[in-house]
Amino acid sequence: MTRYSATTREWKGAYAHYDLVKELCVALVTVTLLAVVLTILFSSPDDKPSTIAQWSRTLPADFAKTAASELDGTSGTAEYGAPYNNGTGSVQHAAFLKPQEWLGVSHPIDTANAYVIEPLQTIPGDPTLTRAIVSYQSAPGKQQKAWAEAYAKSVEGAKASGASLRVPAGRYGPLATMMPALLALAQSGGLDGSLLSDSQFFQTDYTKPLLFMADGGLLEERAEQQHLLGEQWGMMNETGSYPGQSWLWLYTFWYQIEPFKSSTNADLLVVLVMTVLSIAFVLIPFIPGIRSIPRWIPVHRLIWREHYRAVEQSR
Amino acid sequence: MRTREIAVDALPPEKLLPDGQPTYVDSWIYVFGVATLAALITIVGSGMILALKGPAWWHYTGVGHFFNSIHLWAVELFFFTMVVHLWGKYWMSAWRGGRARVWMTGAVAFLIAVPAALTGYVSQQNFDAQWISTQAKDAMNAVGAGAFFNVTNFGQMYSWHILLFPIAVVAIVTAHVLLVRKHGVVPPLQAAELRGERA
Amino acid sequence: MTIPLGAVFNLNHPAHIVHWHFFEMSVANIVVIVAMLVVFVLAILLPFPGAERRQAAREAGSRP
Repeated sequence: MTRYSATTREWKGAYAHYDLVKELCVALVTVTLLAVVLTILFSSPDDKPSTIAQWSRTLPADFAKTAASELDGTSGTAEYGAPYNNGTGSVQHAAFLKPQEWLGVSHPIDTANAYVIEPLQTIPGDPTLTRAIVSYQSAPGKQQKAWAEAYAKSVEGAKASGASLRVPAGRYGPLATMMPALLALAQSGGLDGSLLSDSQFFQTDYTKPLLFMADGGLLEERAEQQHLLGEQWGMMNETGSYPGQSWLWLYTFWYQIEPFKSSTNADLLVVLVMTVLSIAFVLIPFIPGIRSIPRWIPVHRLIWREHYRAVEQSR
Repeated sequence: MRTREIAVDALPPEKLLPDGQPTYVDSWIYVFGVATLAALITIVGSGMILALKGPAWWHYTGVGHFFNSIHLWAVELFFFTMVVHLWGKYWMSAWRGGRARVWMTGAVAFLIAVPAALTGYVSQQNFDAQWISTQAKDAMNAVGAGAFFNVTNFGQMYSWHILLFPIAVVAIVTAHVLLVRKHGVVPPLQAAELRGERA
Repeated sequence: MTIPLGAVFNLNHPAHIVHWHFFEMSVANIVVIVAMLVVFVLAILLPFPGAERRQAAREAGSRP
């Protein structure tokens, strides 16, 4: 028992009638009414999701470049690390703490197969494509990488006209057949479905198509327009002009300042800081100084002014 | 029966649902606790209606969108009233007189409500959900939580959002409210306490 | 982008952002946060109904 709480005596004074049930009912009606009024005034946002079909049609060069990077293992997801693969591109640590590494690969994604080879293998009745896939798979790893790198480089200078993409000729080997076929599959909507239901008919896990899209530029382009990027304090924001998760203000704050801003371990570091602060928040009653501020800055004199006045008058 | 005896000793009916409050309950700041509770009830109620027709309903009917809007605004009102409530309780030092657990359960309720809201945001099945999930996954993965809590897995997130987190939030809020009823509303800071003297 | 049926005000346009040094926040969020502060201050300052009832209870020394 702290000295502080030992002086808080149980109330031996007067009680006035107070109907708690009525209070709850009034609160319920008021809050529900407020929610309904806000709904009528502002409704709620519902920006349609992006699809791989849309992505490949509106940004065909970006799609093709991303697909090539999935093939040659240079995309964000391909290099990510746990829980998707054994890469190191996004594996974070803080001193001796390496939880991402410790928990390992729990959701394996082989980007070359998942995003390019296997979807192409679902396309029936195209012997040229089938031969190209076999030719690619039987080539040595170094050759595969060279083809993919050459293709990705050429896509930079490719001419996109609407949804169609004209990649300049180059040394791409079988990719010259495979990549346009993948683009066509994507633009038809086949890749959206294929990435979702490749392992089973009923599926609710959108990890594969989401990671693929996140490796490209479409989601980020939309997010920037809606002020949802990290450096735009986007964590707090909502699409449109709606209020967002304003309670995340302190969480996103750390990302805006050093050393977190430029750290490759920013996520882990910020979570550690917020964990400490959250524990401190729960334990405020026990933290000297913090728990005493309400005594030093007497807001309570305003809250209980009627009570203090009555006590003075009764003396 | 021992459990019943313990429960009734801690919370006899007149403490569980008293018909009076100490005369120092004399400020509007006191209504923000019950307002937060009312907002939580509105969230759960509107959530139940959304659950009746499934997660895609609100995208293609006006009625569905209406209840989604109520659900969203009730969440904004919930955090709004909860924060005003916690500010008030802080400035009242409401943990005094053996009420530390009241403060702690309240703080934990806030900390559980945040990921409860996050699972909702990533279950929207729209662009916002796509963006939030592909961003939040990095923080989850970095701390190792991504190995068993996959924000891009809609099925998992929806299950956590409509079942597991509501149970957790309601359980901690129930504990919080019962502790308030058990200890009573904290008395005003007295002169002796302000001087830091012993009782 | 679907315009919500029946919303009096259409908030489906990119947010107005307030920039202040490195600090960036949408107007909507600022409105919410300022409203919380205003409501907190009002909650403390506005008189709470039932003062006469409470005073009568004090004078009578009413106990539960």
